[in-house]
Parts: sequence; structure tokens; C-alpha cells
Amino acid sequence: MRAIVCIKQVPDTTEVKINPETNTLIREGVASIVNPFDTYAIEEALRLKEQHGGTVTVLSMGPAQAKEALKEAVAMGADEAVLLSDRAFAGSDTWATAYTLAQAIRRLGEFDVILCGKQAIDGDTGQVGPGIARQLQIPQLTYICRIQEFDPATKRVRVERLLEEGREVVTCTLPVLLTVVKDINQPRYPTFTGIRRATRMEIPTWGAAELATANADYLGLKGSPTQVVRIFNPPARGGTVTLFTADTPSDGAAQLAERLLADKVI
Amino acid sequence: MDFALSDEHLMVQKMVRDFAAREIAPTIKEHDRAQQFDRSILPKMAAQGILGICIPVRYGGAGMDYISLGLACEELEYVDTANRVIMSVHAGLNSLTLLQWGTEEQKQKYLVPQAMGDKIATYGLTEPAAGSDAVGIQSTARREGDHYVLNGEKMWISLADVADNFLVFAWTDMEKKRARDHTGITAFIVERGWPGLETGTIHGKLGVRAGNTGSISFSDVPVPAENVLGREGEGFYIAMSALDNGRFTVAWGAAGLIRACLDASVRYAKERKTFGVEIGRHQLVQQLIAFMQMKYDAAQLLCLRAAWLKNQGVRNTRETALAKWYATVGSFEAAADAVEVHGAYGYSDEYDVERFLRNSKGAVIYEGSQEIQQLMQAQYALGYRKDKPLRCELPAYDAAVWQEE
Repeated sequence: MRAIVCIKQVPDTTEVKINPETNTLIREGVASIVNPFDTYAIEEALRLKEQHGGTVTVLSMGPAQAKEALKEAVAMGADEAVLLSDRAFAGSDTWATAYTLAQAIRRLGEFDVILCGKQAIDGDTGQVGPGIARQLQIPQLTYICRIQEFDPATKRVRVERLLEEGREVVTCTLPVLLTVVKDINQPRYPTFTGIRRATRMEIPTWGAAELATANADYLGLKGSPTQVVRIFNPPARGGTVTLFTADTPSDGAAQLAERLLADKVI
Repeated sequence: MDFALSDEHLMVQKMVRDFAAREIAPTIKEHDRAQQFDRSILPKMAAQGILGICIPVRYGGAGMDYISLGLACEELEYVDTANRVIMSVHAGLNSLTLLQWGTEEQKQKYLVPQAMGDKIATYGLTEPAAGSDAVGIQSTARREGDHYVLNGEKMWISLADVADNFLVFAWTDMEKKRARDHTGITAFIVERGWPGLETGTIHGKLGVRAGNTGSISFSDVPVPAENVLGREGEGFYIAMSALDNGRFTVAWGAAGLIRACLDASVRYAKERKTFGVEIGRHQLVQQLIAFMQMKYDAAQLLCLRAAWLKNQGVRNTRETALAKWYATVGSFEAAADAVEVHGAYGYSDEYDVERFLRNSKGAVIYEGSQEIQQLMQAQYALGYRKDKPLRCELPAYDAAVWQEE
């Protein structure tokens, strides 16, 4: 069994600040972490390896610093890691990112499953995972909260998708791309043995030259159909607080219910 | 000279930080209020390898160095002192002492399960009437054939009611006991469950209320002769060398406590507004924060120096004692200042800083009170005190040896 996990290094904050002049994220003074949703993907891949044997490969596209994120995955137990880093990849939108990752996966060769977090906490698009599946022409199943069955021998997988209306159980053939939600597991901590392996491992960096199948016109800013016109913080939401005071909790609740009905909230 | 932590150290730091934030922080206030030790943390620390962090792999440990031990203590005490105390007695005072002085048989029998966290260990030197005056202990062990008969009482023992294995000090030479000649003290490895051994928990402590502290009493406890650690009469040297390792963990933990006070104060100083501005804008609040920063940096540097010396295998009794004195006193002052920054809110347990203040005082007293630390530093400077080589020194850290399967 071979699992490939695509991860992203993101700023450790949910309050992303934007430089209004350059329209880019302010990264100064903000530590970087593995995108939290991706840690669930790493954990799930490690669990599949524990059940079925095989290897876990982690892949990330980003600056040289993103090796830290890959090392964390190795410290958790991933077997190998590859960084995609090249000036030619700079400015990639979700389409170009998915394209580039897909070319790297082609170079990696055979696999059974690709795992991704459902989205990154900085961009929040949720498009790269599905984009990779499309590029590789394999099925994609998103928002997975549980893998019910996974059989590399018969190439079958059955998963639960966490949807707004409920849970959907889907059966599919391997290879498949899964994006996972946080309900799927509790990621493990890196181990001391893993930490030692990670710090001693030489992580290869692949640039455009290493991706033989890649069309240079599809990489980076040039290959990105999306143009970011402007990024801004939405204005802070206003609001007022009304307190209901009553002698008993049920009287207070009744007052609240009347008000909500009057305001057509319920 | 290199002041940078290695990638390995940074990853260890982050792992323990995440562990403490996820496994300890959510429930610590509840356990502290209930004066309850959360035993469920021990198997989690064991599974993660933290309990044997700096013990060689072939003795069941994680094979990391002494800097990693220090970083783990800092990150644990950043959340609460109780969890650093586990490291101090289990790893610092007991397991490292077995590594330093134990025979191969003793290491296999006691160190391996301790390093793996299957057994929990502590250290018993202090007695109801003997703390700083270690030679004033009253416990005795009388030789009878192939074993000793242990009698006495130990007090203020961390994990007394939790530990499986105890490292206990008692007089084996009654002539020397009368003469207060410390070469009459011997160290013993004692197991819970042996007849005549009982433990109890002390409640009503000022701080570290989520930690277990108690007493051990020995009433004609038979201890096999092979459970003497080191040689008969070597106990005092073993006890003092153990304190080098215990104080090391206390010093690192106290540095973590100072950092916790600093972070809490900085956060609050930016939230709380008075006189129309956030209180961080007031110069007297800035002064409190400046002192916390100074104490954290200085404590951390003293701890790192001690850790570096340990890694090199250089005797560090003085340097570790200085780190322990400075960091613990600094943590008490920083915690008091953190309460000050928080004003009336800091006085309530709505915020963590009142717990930090209560927790900080214990370490100023135990493992060598600040007065003992002052005497030591003065006596080194005056030339009244010199470290003599020990028969067994704590081995220098050698990554290849430590990580050998």
C-alpha cells in the first residue's frame, strides 16, 4: 500500500493580516505550522500503513522553509518526503498548484490513495485536493470523516462523507483521492525516534526541471487562470446585546423566544 | 559558541509543548481546585517516551540528551508545576541516579521499566525533622544476613502515593549516625508492596495542588542486600549527586514558569484598558514585564549552560545549583508581578497567574532552599567548598551510545 499525503505550511493564526499595499499575507512574526486539516490526513495515512503495511510519502509545495512541515510529518511516522520548490512555481493559484502536485505524483509512481486536508486555513479554498484528482484522472471523495473499509488487494474503499445534510457512505475503486475533515481522527504527536529520523533525513527538492511531464506554461503565475484583483479584511461586524432578566429561567426563556419570534429569527 | 537550539531540540520542544497544551492544560484548573493528582497523565507521558527522555535506548529510554530533558521540563511547567515535578522525581532524582550509580542488574530490573514508564519512581531523603540538614535524618537500616531491615519516615515526598519504586536513604552505621559522619548513610532501592511500607498523601499545600506529595513510613521493611545502590556508606554522595539532576529539572521548570507569567502578562496587558489605553502602555506595567523578560532570559541561559556541561560530562554541581536558585526565586517574583499586572483578576482563579504564584514557592524551598543555595555559592567562591570526583559520574551524552538498540 502506498499513501501520498499533500500538505501545506501555513501561518499559525486564524487572524490573517494582509498588507494593503502589496495585497499579500503578512508573515513576519507569525510562526508556521502544518495546516491543521493536513495533520488529520497524515494521521489517517499512518493508520492505513499500520493496518496494511506499505509506505507513506508526504509532498508539499512551497519555499525551502516548508521542509519544516515535511519533517514534522516524518517525525510522526511518514517514510519519505519531497519538497516542490522553484521560482517557476511562485504565484501559483489553486489550478497551477494542483497541476504541479499532480506532476510530482506522476513522478512518484504507483499509489493507492492520496490524502489531503479538506482545505488550508490560510487560503480556505478547498480546491487543490479535488484539482489533483482531476489532473490525475482519478476519483475524488471529499470531506471524509471515516474510512469504513480499505482494501488494497481488491482495490476497494468505503468511506463516510460529512455533508451538511448528514453522512453519505460511498464505495469507490482505488486509486482514489480523499480529503479529510477533523472528525476523522486525533493526530498523534511526533515520537523521539521520528524526530531523530526527521532531523537527519535529507529531503529532496524538486523544481520544474525534475518534473519531466510538466508543461512550463502551466506553472506558477503564468499557469494560473485566477487573477487576484484585491484582498481586504471585511469590516468588523456590528451588533448589540440585549439581556433578558426574569425571576425564573423559564420566564427568561419565554421572553427570549417571544423576541426571536417577533424578529422572525425562529 | 553557539546559542542556537538544534532542529532536533526545536522539534522536542514543540512536541512537549503541544502535548502539554492538549493533554494537561484543559483540565489543570479542575485538578488543582480538587487537590487531585491526575494519574491518567502517566501512561500518556510514558507512551510518548517523555518519562525516559534522556535514558539510553538500551535501558528503555528515548535516547535524547540532557538539553531535551530540560526543554521537556520547561514546557511541562509552562502549563503546570505538577507535571514537571513528575520529571524531577521520576527522571531526575531517581532514574538518572540509577543510570549513574546502578549495577547492570539494577539497571535492567529497575531503570528499564522506569524509563519505559511502566513503573513510576521517586526519591526519599527528606524527613519530618530533616530537610536542609540531610545528615540529621533518623531512618535506619540494620543488616540481618542477606538483607537489611529498614525503619523510619520520609516526608514531603513527591509522588509518594503514586510511585512503585523508591530511592531511600538511611543510616547503616549507628556509630557514625551519632557522630553525624555522613559516610554512615546508605542508599536503597525499595519497592511498593514490601511488608511494612506505607505511604500517605498530604493535602492543604499552598501550591502544586494537582501534584501528589506525601509521606512514606518504613516499619521493619526487609530490603535485599542487592538493593543497596552504590556501596554501603556511599548514600550521602549518591543523594547529593541525585540533587544535581533533580535541581537541573527544577531550574528548567522554573524558567518555564517565568515564561508562562510573561506570556500571560503580555496577553492581559494588551486586552485590559485603563485610563483610555491598554495597560501595556503604562510604564509601571512595562517595568513588571521587563523584569519578567530579564529573569526568563537569564534563567534560560543558566539552564542551558548547565545542560551543556551535563552533555559534556563535566561536573556541574555549582552551575546547576546557581540555575536552580536564580530560576526558582525568579519564578516566584515573576508570578507575584504577573498577579500585579492582572490586578484584582489576578487574585482570583479565573486567570492562571494566582496558581503560578502558589506553585512557584515550593521550588524555592525544596531540593536545596534558597538559603542553602546561597551558602553553596559563597563557599565555592571563598574556596571553602570544592567538588571531589565521585566514584561514579553521570556519563556524558553520546548520541551513538544513547541510541544504540
